[in-house]
Amino acid sequence: MKPKESMPKIVIYEQKCKGCELCVITCPKKNLRLGQKINKKGYHYIEIVDLEKCNSCGLCYQVCPDVAIEIWKDK
Amino acid sequence: MKKVYCKPESMTDIEHKYCPGCGHGLVHRLVAEVIDELGVRERTIGIAPVGCAVFAYDYWNFDVTEAPHGRPPAVATGIKRVLPDRIVFTYQGDGDLAAIGMAETVHAANRGENITVIFINNAIYGMTTGQMAPTTLLGMKTTTTPFGRDKNLAGYPIKVCELLATLAGTAYLERCAVNNVKNIINTKKAIKKAFEMQKENKGYSLIEVLSQCPPNWGLSLKESLKFVQEDMTKQFPLGVIKDIYA
Ligand SMILES: Cc1ncc(C[n+]2csc(CCOP(=O)(O)OP(=O)(O)O)c2C)c(N)n1
Ligand code: SF4
Ligand code: SF4
Ligand code: SF4
Repeated sequence: MKPKESMPKIVIYEQKCKGCELCVITCPKKNLRLGQKINKKGYHYIEIVDLEKCNSCGLCYQVCPDVAIEIWKDK
Repeated sequence: MKKVYCKPESMTDIEHKYCPGCGHGLVHRLVAEVIDELGVRERTIGIAPVGCAVFAYDYWNFDVTEAPHGRPPAVATGIKRVLPDRIVFTYQGDGDLAAIGMAETVHAANRGENITVIFINNAIYGMTTGQMAPTTLLGMKTTTTPFGRDKNLAGYPIKVCELLATLAGTAYLERCAVNNVKNIINTKKAIKKAFEMQKENKGYSLIEVLSQCPPNWGLSLKESLKFVQEDMTKQFPLGVIKDIYA
């Protein structure tokens, strides 16, 4: 999956997420939260609050035990 | 647009069976990232343990074999001696490495085998639902120490790095943790250094990783991260315990 141009930054693989919230407590911009929807594994998965605010710092990727996050950046 | 952080090539697409927030998933990813960065995926052989990480061969995208409870260092010894150009590492929990496999652990270290051991210390038997491990902290409640670990009944928590540091065969021993970003990045550095040393035939290395196991600790994930930071690191201080090349 490739995010749309001008909409960079973060791809969340919702089926891989286990809703542990490690990324939520780590994001310096408080820009991630647990969503209402449930994935096939039965976990609430995370969603981004405001895509514009994400700066692709990758800290959420660093703490994710399930490699459920991918980060993109402008060249 | 360019991908800056994504699943390493050394991991498969198979989803882990670990509990939410478990340290195993993090350390699997760090190992995979290091193997990608060193460009040794095609010549790496991992040895998975018995314990929660028993399915590690499904998650890593390189050769992985599986050794019965506690015996990975013996299997690693055989593989490395027959195929010395391979990067050979074991991945073991504290029940596997420090209880049933303590003899294999100590003797492989004492022989100075040119292998790397990734040691997940979660202070408990995870897979079998929370019995005491040799690394369980004093006072810590487990299913086999329901009133807390009592030194008069069960002895003291074993500091594996410090114990192995007394052996002339060991080259590099470091203790890390994966309870926050800073510690995760340090753990990756340590794993990378260990694999680099092995590439240069510099001898036995072991990286101990303090790892959260919320369900068996009876704690929330946030409480578990704090438990690692405040309780575990008191008993098991982080840092380089031995480095003969430093
Ligand atoms: C020879 C043998 N003895 C006992 C067991 C049962 N057993 C399976 S996993 C395990 C404990 C694993 O604990 P640890 O090594 O700490 O790994 P974790 O699950 O915490 O990652 C035990 C005792 C076994 N499978 N084989
Ligand atoms: S990349 Fe950084 S800013 Fe963006 S969601 Fe992740 S942690 Fe937050
Ligand atoms: S750290 Fe990973 S698994 Fe945990 S909530 Fe965030 S995306 Fe999901
Ligand atoms: S029981 Fe503990 S070690 Fe095993 S997967 Fe769950 S959190 Fe991880």
